Amino acid sequence: MQTRMQPIGNAWSKFPRIIRDLSLELGKKIELKMEGAETELDRQLLDMIKDPLTHMVRNSCDHGLETTADRKQAGKPETGTVVLRAYHEGGHIIVEIQDDGKGINVARVREKAIQNGLTTEAEAAALTDKQIIQFIFQPGFSTAEQVTAVSGRGVGMDVVRTNIEKIGGTIDLDSEAGKGSIFRIKIPLTLAIVSVLIVETCGEKFAIPQINIEEMVRVKPGSEHRIEHLKDTPVLRLRERLLPLLSLSGILRLQSDDEEADNFIVVCKVGTFEFGLIVNRVFDTEEIVVKPVAPILKGIEVYSGSTILGDGNVIMILDLNGVVKQIGSAQLQGDEKSVGEEGLLSQDNNHISFLLFDDGGQSPKAVPLELVSRLEEFDRSMVEYSGGFPVVQYRSDLMRLKPVNENYDFMQEEMVQVIVFQQEDRVAGLVVKDIIDIVKTELSVKPATEKGLVGSMVMQNKTTDIIDVGHHIQQIFGGLATLISDDDMPVNKKGHRLLLAEDSLFFRNLLVPLLTISGYDVTTAENGQLAWEILQKDQNFDIIVTDIDMPKMTGFDLAEACETHAGTAQIPRLAFTANTKTEALKKGEKLFRRYVTKTDHQLLLEAIRTELSNQNQDIEEAA
Amino acid sequence: MSSSSAALAERPNASLSKNFQQSQQFVTMRVDNQLLGIAVLTVRDVLHPERITSVPLAPPEVVGALNLRGRIVTAIDLRTRLGMTPHPNYQNSMCVVVSYQEELYSILVDSVDEVMTVPFDQYEKNPPNLDACWHQVMSGVCRLKDELLIILDIERLFGNANDL
Repeated sequence: MQTRMQPIGNAWSKFPRIIRDLSLELGKKIELKMEGAETELDRQLLDMIKDPLTHMVRNSCDHGLETTADRKQAGKPETGTVVLRAYHEGGHIIVEIQDDGKGINVARVREKAIQNGLTTEAEAAALTDKQIIQFIFQPGFSTAEQVTAVSGRGVGMDVVRTNIEKIGGTIDLDSEAGKGSIFRIKIPLTLAIVSVLIVETCGEKFAIPQINIEEMVRVKPGSEHRIEHLKDTPVLRLRERLLPLLSLSGILRLQSDDEEADNFIVVCKVGTFEFGLIVNRVFDTEEIVVKPVAPILKGIEVYSGSTILGDGNVIMILDLNGVVKQIGSAQLQGDEKSVGEEGLLSQDNNHISFLLFDDGGQSPKAVPLELVSRLEEFDRSMVEYSGGFPVVQYRSDLMRLKPVNENYDFMQEEMVQVIVFQQEDRVAGLVVKDIIDIVKTELSVKPATEKGLVGSMVMQNKTTDIIDVGHHIQQIFGGLATLISDDDMPVNKKGHRLLLAEDSLFFRNLLVPLLTISGYDVTTAENGQLAWEILQKDQNFDIIVTDIDMPKMTGFDLAEACETHAGTAQIPRLAFTANTKTEALKKGEKLFRRYVTKTDHQLLLEAIRTELSNQNQDIEEAA
Repeated sequence: MSSSSAALAERPNASLSKNFQQSQQFVTMRVDNQLLGIAVLTVRDVLHPERITSVPLAPPEVVGALNLRGRIVTAIDLRTRLGMTPHPNYQNSMCVVVSYQEELYSILVDSVDEVMTVPFDQYEKNPPNLDACWHQVMSGVCRLKDELLIILDIERLFGNANDL
């Protein structure tokens, strides 16, 4: 265990260099102070916070600190200071990134939040400054007036937050105008051991990770702290504010025999969202070793694991992120949640994030965020020409540029906005006029016939064209294109229909845009049975891609069913697998043309293409 | 233990050493008076369930999780899996612990009988008109002298359940 622990200084070793470079690049005088570099934490965690930390340090230097001239004017020392600080606090590590810059412009954040529809003017008026600045952790949020090459493209702080939450940590921000800002990251010492609070509801015990817990309140009818109801929604008055309450028994759909027994509120915080969890009893805190839940229970979002307590009992560990997700933070109504749940979940199934941009044409354009590697901005003077094509030097390589809209003369602009696409070691940049936003929306695309477009859909009340990245990238690389692959395009133009049976929401979200963008007409099914139902009505598919492990009907059963029916037997089938057990694979040898992993997109596209072209050959030979 | 199955056990036992290839051993158990068998090599443990922690929101056949010498084992009610009414009180039932893909599962049954050796010539495929629920989890039937022994297929039992 000890060897797993490493000083956090190991993750900081590159920072002096980064600061020196930044200081030159930005023309600011910056001093870096590091305190508590010897603080130890799990090596695995160390690796995972490296990137978010780097991002935040760059942010502090770029946005936090003022220019030398501004500092002089404000009566501050010319040299700006960035402090990295780490220390232990109650089983957690706190990492702070502090700068003595201008602080966060609350007014601008408020304005931007309203503009982005994150809050309304009325709501914003009721928020404290501290609550308002937390909006910078929302996706697509940047208040930087001047987007620079260093940072400020709005694909930043939300990613930082996501990464930190992934390892069970939290991030918090304090800022004072003119004095500076301080980011505080709280992460568990190790991933394996967590401190939890044991609570009981309806006679069942559960563990809540301590990191999510703010405080506990005992409630009694008639006392100062009592549960009040707005219609059927329980709320609690807590120090001049109203805390939404969730009943743990309601979330877990347990039968509560005695409403009056609910007399503890555990005040929890997930991200910046605070709520109270109603439980019957509260026991001790315990340090526990988290064990993953059995595969059969993996789909249940509200558990992050299970463990064995000191008394030998097994206890389930609640995942509060999952709890909140189940209800949807917008719909925190007590009794309505059972209705809302299904709707919210199924809605989420089809939601995909898009990067919205203006290409200088008439309508806004969009591209699935999943495909975007980075957003960059280059000074016009950086654009050079090679073989008649515009290029920029990018990460010690040349990146070819191409405007999405052929008629848009990007050389008129001072700064050139580029969406970077990258796969393996090839990069290509599509030039756009302006990045508008990141929008998470339901996928309901009307197919387009125009070249270079996948289709169009309504986003933010405007008809938006979704561009065909493959088409543009192929143009960039000309005949040599292999990024999305050259023979991809001719195949796709035939509009192959693909049936995707996949139960995991995550992978559906990932694969549908990828396949759609590669030109396939994708129909999805959440399990084998639904896929089979679709197939019984419509056999007109060119290829079936299925997961193996699915509820109701597995990929094997689906394949067997297809094999025994005349209409479906000839459709080539591919199977996803995470399961490398050879016996399981053998079982499918006859049933599937080949196996592909879900995570290797390149391989997947290639496999689909190969199978489709084989199929075409077979048909031609037969003819 | 019924006398008939004891008598049955004798015969295959005699041939066991000579003709190992032609017979297979099963741990037999009962659910709602139906005799079922699980290949003996897949069974890790047979025990009385003491405390089972329930897991709300889990699939219906999951009774909960229990601690087996420091390992967390998921308990599955075979009655629910076979489409019967769930066991009214699991404390009166028995647990057969099996491992599937490195994960331990405890199968709740009414009672556990004995280890029985069954020659392969008594083995039959699933009858085609069988209840789909049963068809899903069994790999065949053995014609014993007095009754039929259902052979449970762990792979199918959990392979299907896993996806829920």
